[in-house]
Amino acid sequence: MANIIVDNKSYAVDERQNLLAACLGHGLNVPYFCWHPAMGSVGACRQCAVKQFKDDKDQSGRLVMSCMTPAANGTRISIDDPEAKAFRASVIEWLMVNHPHDCPVCDEGGECHLQDMTVMTGHVYRRSRFPKRTHRNQALGPFIRHEMNRCIQCYRCVRFYRDYAGGRDLNVFGAHDALYFGREQDGTLENEFSGNLVEICPTGVFTDKTFFHHYTRKWDLQSAQSICPHCSLGCNTTASERSGTLRRMTNRFNSQVNGYFLCDRGRFGYEYVNSEYRIKHPLVRSGTDRTKPRMPEDVSRTLEFAADRLRKACGIVGIGSPRASLEANVALRGLVGPQQFYQGIDEQERQLLFTILNVFRTGPVPSASLHDAEQADAVLVLGPDLLNEAPRLALALLQSIRQQPMERVDELKIPQWDEAAVRNAVQNRRGPLFMAGHRQTWLHEYTTDHYFAAPDDVARLGFAVAGSIGPEAPTVPDLSSDVRDLAQRIADALMHAQRPLIIAGTGSGSQATLEAAANVAWALHQQGKHPRLNFVLPEANSAGLALLGGGSLNDAFDAIRQGKADTVIVLENDLYRRADQANVNAFLDKAQTVMVIDSLEHRTTAHADVILPAATGPESNGTFVNQEGRAQRFYQVFVQNGGVKESWRWLSDLARATSQDVERESRVATWRTFDDAVSATAMVAPELARMGEVAPSASFRLVGQKIPRQSERCSGRTSLVSHLTMHEPPPPADQDSPLAFTMEGYRGPLPSPLISQFWTPGWNSIQAVNTYQNEVGGPLRDEMPGVRLLEPVATKAPAWFTSIPHAFQPASRQWLLLPLSAVFGSDELSNRSPAIAERIAKPFLSLHPSDGARLSLENHSTIDLAWQGTTYSLAVHFEPSTPVGMGGLSLVPEVSGVRVPAWIDLFEAIKTERKRRAA
Amino acid sequence: MYPLTQYISRDGTSRLLREYVKGGGYRSLQRLTAGMAPKDVQRLVGESGLRGRGGGGFPTGTKWSFVPMGPNAPKPKYIVANGDEMEPGTFKDRILMEGDPHGLVEGMIMAGYALDAEVGYIFLRGEYHLSAQRLNQAIAEAYAAGYLGKPLPGTTFRFDLHLHSSAGRYICGEETALINALEGKRAVPRAKPPFPQTVGLWGQPTVVQNIETLYNLPHIVNHGAAWYRSLSRTQDGGTKMFGVSGRVIRPGWWELPLGTTARELLEQHAGGMAEGVRFRGLLPGGISTAFMIEEHLDFPLDFSSFPQEVGRLGTGTMIIMDDRTCPVGFVLNLEKFFARESCGWCTPCREGLPWVAKLLMAFEEGRATSDDLSLLEMHTKWLAPGHTFCGLAPGAMAPLQSALKYFREDFERHITTGGCPWSTKSAQLRVLV
Repeated sequence: MANIIVDNKSYAVDERQNLLAACLGHGLNVPYFCWHPAMGSVGACRQCAVKQFKDDKDQSGRLVMSCMTPAANGTRISIDDPEAKAFRASVIEWLMVNHPHDCPVCDEGGECHLQDMTVMTGHVYRRSRFPKRTHRNQALGPFIRHEMNRCIQCYRCVRFYRDYAGGRDLNVFGAHDALYFGREQDGTLENEFSGNLVEICPTGVFTDKTFFHHYTRKWDLQSAQSICPHCSLGCNTTASERSGTLRRMTNRFNSQVNGYFLCDRGRFGYEYVNSEYRIKHPLVRSGTDRTKPRMPEDVSRTLEFAADRLRKACGIVGIGSPRASLEANVALRGLVGPQQFYQGIDEQERQLLFTILNVFRTGPVPSASLHDAEQADAVLVLGPDLLNEAPRLALALLQSIRQQPMERVDELKIPQWDEAAVRNAVQNRRGPLFMAGHRQTWLHEYTTDHYFAAPDDVARLGFAVAGSIGPEAPTVPDLSSDVRDLAQRIADALMHAQRPLIIAGTGSGSQATLEAAANVAWALHQQGKHPRLNFVLPEANSAGLALLGGGSLNDAFDAIRQGKADTVIVLENDLYRRADQANVNAFLDKAQTVMVIDSLEHRTTAHADVILPAATGPESNGTFVNQEGRAQRFYQVFVQNGGVKESWRWLSDLARATSQDVERESRVATWRTFDDAVSATAMVAPELARMGEVAPSASFRLVGQKIPRQSERCSGRTSLVSHLTMHEPPPPADQDSPLAFTMEGYRGPLPSPLISQFWTPGWNSIQAVNTYQNEVGGPLRDEMPGVRLLEPVATKAPAWFTSIPHAFQPASRQWLLLPLSAVFGSDELSNRSPAIAERIAKPFLSLHPSDGARLSLENHSTIDLAWQGTTYSLAVHFEPSTPVGMGGLSLVPEVSGVRVPAWIDLFEAIKTERKRRAA
Repeated sequence: MYPLTQYISRDGTSRLLREYVKGGGYRSLQRLTAGMAPKDVQRLVGESGLRGRGGGGFPTGTKWSFVPMGPNAPKPKYIVANGDEMEPGTFKDRILMEGDPHGLVEGMIMAGYALDAEVGYIFLRGEYHLSAQRLNQAIAEAYAAGYLGKPLPGTTFRFDLHLHSSAGRYICGEETALINALEGKRAVPRAKPPFPQTVGLWGQPTVVQNIETLYNLPHIVNHGAAWYRSLSRTQDGGTKMFGVSGRVIRPGWWELPLGTTARELLEQHAGGMAEGVRFRGLLPGGISTAFMIEEHLDFPLDFSSFPQEVGRLGTGTMIIMDDRTCPVGFVLNLEKFFARESCGWCTPCREGLPWVAKLLMAFEEGRATSDDLSLLEMHTKWLAPGHTFCGLAPGAMAPLQSALKYFREDFERHITTGGCPWSTKSAQLRVLV
């Protein structure tokens, strides 16, 4: 720690910071633009000037840029110095020379960092009287709007997009006062993290296009804390609503998980909530004839009807869901009983998840948070395609490769915040990142080495790495010399690292890669290293569901087929995504009654006799457990009109309506509030015991008050329905959380899970996060970053995994078809959001060029592939990275029912080929 | 005869290797072969009082002292010759490179040896086609003769030299912007520290020297520090390329001892003002320097004794302003150049300079008010070293600030007469800034 003197007052600061961060950390307002807590200092905007004095005798001092000056002990500065203030106001005046002052029509207005900084500096009168420069704006795709005239040239966009996120198609063009930040030509921004530009840009150059389609000022938004449901990472988001429409999703800082950034799927995938395919009212088909239509019914009669069916049922099958909250799954499990509760995933996935849980339950190596991944100084990825399966993790790895080169930065005595100097010193030096898998993405440009192979071969590489590290770990005897060398290089890199990280995942359906990853981590642990493990899972609550246990979907099918049950309750699950069509059809047809609780129409709801309209994530309270085992709470943002209820509430109502014995497990019939659901969930399994600590309970009050979801300045609230009634309706009551659907209540410091919007007087933009941290960029004050449910207890590695697969052998007529996940296209919910839907690529089959030739196919031609009873139209992509003897099938909606991995006879399955016509 | 230009003929021809060697060229390398160690060269250069000739006048020996030396020093290290020479009115490096290209090759080998840097780049202004052609030829000859690409006899030191022609932009003359440009990045300056001596080209220790500075090295090694100091009339060692342009009788260049006065240059060498015009002021070295007026003409021109309150020597290639030239139009022309050449990285320079240029245009067009004078003054105050990212904007303010001081009544006349008193055709100036 160091002491600095600011305006004659002493402050204790971390001397590894710069003066700007140090001042902001103490709540001292120093305006800035180009600096960003996650992207460091470059000294471009000159906005953060302060006066520095040599010593207490120095009266004149000199202006320095606080972002470029270390917070060295004894540093004496003044923020309030008249010259410094005048200079900072001048910087705004310069920026305003060309800024259009179009705040009233700008989407950034009201949460604009430029507005805030302008007010902060006191600049009010612009003296430039000359014409402003103008630019042509670009069409940047469905996510981002572009308005270059507002640009203040802080360079943050290109620094984020290119330097931080690895993007290539956004750049700065031109020079002097005619700079242009955009693409070389109009076109969709390709990078998976482009949406962060909306928050990175200090003004309205890059704004959220989906938000634009139903725009509302920030102060009019009702917001609450969400957890992204679109992959297994559990990024924290803020969901915002007005007038019953979900308006947008923004990043919610969590130092352990997503930090400052989201991926585009997470940011723009929210619009399924507003979808026209939403189920808003209960629907009931009273007879047994499934050709008859379902009729809308009111809630109580629906419950009566459903309860009647349940009472008369000869056995009930409850099918849970990895995209439903833990509480909803527990409610279903309680309603039907643990023996009749099935996880709603196929057997293979269930096995993989079981293996992963066991690795953490029995092994000594902890899981890695996204923050841990960013800090890792050597990474081995065995299998998953991170950019498509868990994009935010790929972004974390792009930062991890800076860890080892930072040693050189330290040697050169360059402070780590000095981003420009760090980049100059590091240049293209990168820390170790090894990736093995069956698909090439642009992330491979950053690898130390990579290996494209079948999952079995990827696993063999992993086992070989483990064998090279730990003398006791099983080795792979029959490896080719180059794979053996690669394994040795990887082993050396991991052994030389302080914080090695091993990543595997369920995406390729390979048990062996998971086991190999565990062996590597355990071998490192045995050698005295402190490795971490990260398993990418399929969905937002896959881990939570696995903790509950229960049979697979296949078991559920068996139960119906064998006549053990005749009634099915499906919770937030489209079974056609999880099993092949014939099996699902047979299952649903055989069941006497099919009840589906879900929010969107899909192929499974089409078969339902009773549909109970479920609230989506932003309309409900719940808990997700992410892939590292972190339980995180999400809160209801707004109350959906119609008969929509949270799934757990439907199930609890059903339990009551069936007059179930309240002594049954979880006592679902006694649940009245969300807290009841949480307490019951905590009892279900020992690992869930700390569920109650995830976030404050509904009784939590500050100064006797609830916490408002609306901003202090929410306008027009009383007139929203004035055309219908002159009386202001009372806000909906919220008995489930400490939050209130109003603008009245406690304003002040909050435990982090209850921060509904980051806002501080003078800080209206998302940059207000600074004011919620003790140390800028560090954890939030009173941060509750979720509860990690799976910390290791073992101190020694358990028995090694020894089932090393044989090397993959291409077959003469058969190809091993593997899934290719798509960041836009493979997630059920985000696919239903129009902006995401626009980005979904046509389905394709990727083949090694030699296999393509063997099949006499042409690259980029279109084929009809008949398989598993359906014919799919697919584009053919020749990819040298696809291993010979394998095919990759992109998992987009058109092929979402295909069960892969599986062997397929392509000679047989490819029916017709339509050559692509020359353009 | 002074060392740098002794063999440069005024007829525009160039010396090839044979003539260069005949005149004593590459002789300094024999001293290295004879056992002169890198640290000896460094010490010699430090003692010689050589200061950077690009305009900054930083002592070369001091600059070199920051380069990590010894077996643990990072490898490779680089020497970069700054031949960007885009400073208006400045053409001294071109004279040297066109007339005596091998002198630069020898100077770079010497600098490389002194700093144990095995790779050199000549960063050359894009428009210098003849220099490029002659340097390429000289480099090829030096490779063929074994001065480049092979260990120097008796040493393990081997030097490789590349010529890079710039894609343009004034800011490339700033050493860190030059390094970025050489790396293929935008020509935007880098923040210092770290200085290029530790983190330079591709993150490696790098010394960037002006072309003229490098030309001095072989002579210092051949003749010693005392001889070199004796060339100068002041405590800065050596001679300097001086130039004069403007309405004088004999515009041109001369190599003269440091400490020569502007009056000598103007009256003896350039032959005095042309007929019908009188001297009003001069910019001593490129346009990033403050005006000197009559009362300053007898100051010795050098780096260490030139009074700071007057300004600085800069490149030593001066532009003379006569009494038939409008000082406001003169400064407008400069500021238009600076505004256009701002790299766009930092706010004060990017937004301030175009504003200044537009204000000066308003003066010329008779649309200026007295408030505009204070806006100009505000910019001369705020665009100061340390306030901006690099020296471009402070350099741009030097002529403006001094013009406002020495020629203020001319600015005021533009306001009171509602236009430029010099120009009946001020519309000609109405070029969009």
